[in-house]
Amino acid sequence: MKYKSVFDIIGPVMIGPSSSHTAGAARIGRVARSLFGREPKWVNISLYGSFAKTYRGHGTDVALIGGLLDFDTDDPRIIKAIDLAEAKGIKLRFIEEDAVTDHPNTARVIIGDDKGELELVGISIGGGKIEITELNGFELKLSGHHPAILVVHNDRFGAIANVANVLASHQVNIGHMEVSRKEKGKMALMTIEVDHNIGQDILDEIEKLPNILKVTKIVD
Amino acid sequence: MFRNVAELVELATSRNTKISEIMIEQEIEVTGRTREEIIAMMDRNLLVMEQAVERGIQGVKSHSGLTGGDAVLMQEYIKKGNFLSGETLLDAVSKAVATNEVNAAMGTICATPTAGSAGVVPGTLFAVKNKLNPTREQMVSFLFTSGAFGFVVANNASISGAAGGCQAEVGSAAGMAAAALVELAGGTPEQCAEAMAITLKNMLGLVCDPVAGLVEVPCVKRNAMGAANAMVAADMALAGIKSRIPCDEVIDAMFKIGQSMPSALRETAQGGLAATPTGRELEAKIFGIPLTKQ
Repeated sequence: MKYKSVFDIIGPVMIGPSSSHTAGAARIGRVARSLFGREPKWVNISLYGSFAKTYRGHGTDVALIGGLLDFDTDDPRIIKAIDLAEAKGIKLRFIEEDAVTDHPNTARVIIGDDKGELELVGISIGGGKIEITELNGFELKLSGHHPAILVVHNDRFGAIANVANVLASHQVNIGHMEVSRKEKGKMALMTIEVDHNIGQDILDEIEKLPNILKVTKIVD
Repeated sequence: MFRNVAELVELATSRNTKISEIMIEQEIEVTGRTREEIIAMMDRNLLVMEQAVERGIQGVKSHSGLTGGDAVLMQEYIKKGNFLSGETLLDAVSKAVATNEVNAAMGTICATPTAGSAGVVPGTLFAVKNKLNPTREQMVSFLFTSGAFGFVVANNASISGAAGGCQAEVGSAAGMAAAALVELAGGTPEQCAEAMAITLKNMLGLVCDPVAGLVEVPCVKRNAMGAANAMVAADMALAGIKSRIPCDEVIDAMFKIGQSMPSALRETAQGGLAATPTGRELEAKIFGIPLTKQ
């Protein structure tokens, strides 16, 4: 079951004109912003399939940038997001790709500043709902069926156990979990799907644990 | 938890309750939110829909200039009284158009189930409001019933034009509205499913071919006809007419049709109306691209 809440169907409240190309795009941008943790100085976005063919008409570009500026789907500032970003001196680049992707509405978002960069692939599956399929080269297999959090951490012993302990202490059950790393001892990523929505307090508690770099909720 | 329309109808019928109630209970179970929170959230969506309809029937214009003002034309036509079909039906058409004109103008709307198909559910609801005088609670229930049917389509087929064509968007929206209309008018859960099936059958194969990639032409008028389709199908189901093909099989057929639709007809603005000479001319004009470059 890809959709689990009635508000995935009746909702979101959003700025038009397209739930997948505008609201979904804004959400992809916002997840990238949230994972990056600050406003980027430059943005490169590759658009695929229907996104590439129709992004101007749907405001997919403004919506992605709106999300990167941390605007929600119903924030009227989305309409002016590109102007707002340029006024802040953020360098924007859009690339229309020809490659055929698994899903017709796919965007690859690469953002950064002098301190670092982040690369993420998001797909917009309809009605404003999105899935993140790749993060910094880590492949994600998020079903989107359950609330999920992403935990970026240093690849050290105990990091996973500590996160699991915090969730257990709040009586949160883990339904599915994946851990991936690019190199032994370097940065790693936990993808955790849980049975119930997780409050900000729990996320904050996890983020304070040793070796945890960033915690983000990506599915409600 | 219901996985298809048959289970949804069975749950409501065996417990002698409404589809909207089954949806609310499932939402409580899945999200852990209280009934009051869930109702308040839906009430907020209803308010957004109401404001979009009101704004649209006052008249709006999109940035491209392709759409806007048709909801007003229809309201004026209704007032003259010389219409051929029916007042409630035309009011639904006008209000569905109103919502989508606001959407095209980058106004605030509530996706039902998507933005491109956001007019059908509120259009029909606010049209029958004058006839059935529902309470606010009943109007909120209308949205839960629509949501229950949309939930099944989204999980078993698709509600994305890019994945399944316009049948997945306006088709789904019209089916959802038809089912909710039946419940509001006092029909049984089974009749809700019949209305959904009858509507969706007549939306099968509808392609997604927006001119210039904008959610305007033909989306706004497809919402109008989606609303009309929903109203007529609801009346048919209430009259006791049944679909020979069960609702879940119609949804499954829609899914398979969507899968076999070429990419040019799935929200890429490469085929259908988007590729007509006029469609191409409009696209060139809006984006300032010479026609030879397309």
